[in-house]
Amino acid sequence: MSLTPDDVRKVAHLARLGLDETQVAEYATELSSILDVVDHLATAQTDDVAPMSHPLDLSARLRPDVAQATVDREAFQAIAPDTADGVYRVPKVIE
Amino acid sequence: MIHERSIAELIAARATGEFSAAELTAHYLDRIARFDDGLNSLITRTDEAARDRAAALDDGVGAALSGIPVLQKDIFCTRGVRTSCASRMLDNFIAPYDAGVVERLDEAGMVMLGKTNMDEFAMGSSSENSFYGPVRNPWNAAHVPGGSSGGSAAAVAAGLAPAATGTDTGGSIRQPAALCGVTGIKPTYGRVSRYGMIAFASSLDQGGCFARSAEDCAHVLGAMAGFDERDSTSVEREVPDYAGQLDGDVSGLTIGLPTQYFADGLEAESRDVLDAAIATYEKLGARVVEIDMPHTDLAVSTYYVIAPAEASSNLARFDGVRYGHRCADPVDLEDLYTRSRAEGFGAEVQRRIMIGAYVLSAGYYDAYYLKAQKTRRLIADDFHKAFAEVDLIAAPVTQAPAFAIGEKADDPVAMYLNDVYTLPASLAGVPGMSVPAGFSNGLPVGLQLIAPWFAEGRLLNAAHAYQQVTDWHTRRPPGFE
Repeated sequence: MSLTPDDVRKVAHLARLGLDETQVAEYATELSSILDVVDHLATAQTDDVAPMSHPLDLSARLRPDVAQATVDREAFQAIAPDTADGVYRVPKVIE
Repeated sequence: MIHERSIAELIAARATGEFSAAELTAHYLDRIARFDDGLNSLITRTDEAARDRAAALDDGVGAALSGIPVLQKDIFCTRGVRTSCASRMLDNFIAPYDAGVVERLDEAGMVMLGKTNMDEFAMGSSSENSFYGPVRNPWNAAHVPGGSSGGSAAAVAAGLAPAATGTDTGGSIRQPAALCGVTGIKPTYGRVSRYGMIAFASSLDQGGCFARSAEDCAHVLGAMAGFDERDSTSVEREVPDYAGQLDGDVSGLTIGLPTQYFADGLEAESRDVLDAAIATYEKLGARVVEIDMPHTDLAVSTYYVIAPAEASSNLARFDGVRYGHRCADPVDLEDLYTRSRAEGFGAEVQRRIMIGAYVLSAGYYDAYYLKAQKTRRLIADDFHKAFAEVDLIAAPVTQAPAFAIGEKADDPVAMYLNDVYTLPASLAGVPGMSVPAGFSNGLPVGLQLIAPWFAEGRLLNAAHAYQQVTDWHTRRPPGFE
């Protein structure tokens, strides 16, 4: 499988990674060579095989929905890039 | 010398009052100060906190591992201490809480000396992908220590701590343990809490540890392992007394050698080392048989779909909003996300995020992600069938000893193929170890032992038996005596 620069731009957008044009070209080559390795999967016969999403085939454990102590907002916001009045600040989203 | 003693000996020496926790901590902190500049095995040193804690432990009643120093891989959150995951993204991240593993080792009385260097977000097999520069192998500073837990492995090999934690997603404990000549164990998936362990690939990630011997690992793993309700995949199952159960008896055990692991690609000298190790097990009374694991060749392609897919989802949380790196002067929200992430993540992390986003994207999900989940089951079934016949599997950890720094840095695929012998056990979720077994060209070679799900005790005991009759695990790299 070979990725074009357009494919890389699309994937980078999905992943919210800002790339310059040199990086787009480099990643197109590198990601294509990775997908060449991955394409080996197509040789496997898997018609009657159930997908495995958990290595122990366990489903998620459930717990009672009980109120617990909440996080310490001040401690968590102390490490945030930009806060004001207890909220996280980001650039204006709605004009 | 203190750093030549086993953890059991250190515990005993503490009990008799031969030395205090403060003296023990000071000894290792001195070694870190002397040796780490040449290794770069630590990202953050916590000397002052370690001294304070050791002094406090000397005043009170001791827990099982009271006063025994430990290094934490910088993927485990440590309250009040930078937890960077070797990424620029988290260079400024002071964790607001402790990981489950950190809490448990604290409760056991261990004294954290610092946080170890690694591949960024645990993505890599060489510990070269670190924002803080590459880790060097104590056996030869021009070579890599393996990865991703390379700092932990190098530090234990150099005697900077008696034990260190690690995480293994596709081999990140076993491979650096092999390349640095120390003992490392990756337990069964779900055995050790993932709470506060920064997520890479959640269906594969598993915490474990490094030490010089299996006996030392048994002490540390016994303290680390166990149920944690804050990790939804933590398994509710009693933890045996690993250290107490070591008897060094492997007579009557059947050990399987998978044909596929001893095929082309394995370096001749490493092969000789492994043959000698297997002969040792036969002398100890184990029966050795060849086994067939026909889907082994699918492991690399399966892993490099599943792990990047999960990574792309897990790493979506690093958005420059709540914590971590934020770009300067973002013009809008999109710019904030894309620039913060482009600046914060290194190239290997970006590659894996994009591969993951690609294999999960519309039109490709069935061909890649769903297909890989099916081939993952084929690989796991190989282990189910093998363990119906044998008690343990013995295999190489790597095809060759440590490669030179820079040798594979420009070729991501060559780096991925390096993981061929460690990925299957990770995909199946079974426990695996690397045990020092000899040298090739002056660099350590590890023997991989793999056990059925939750048979860590058997695994540790088999490694312990080997270490009772060999001394590879006691070798120290020249200059670090």
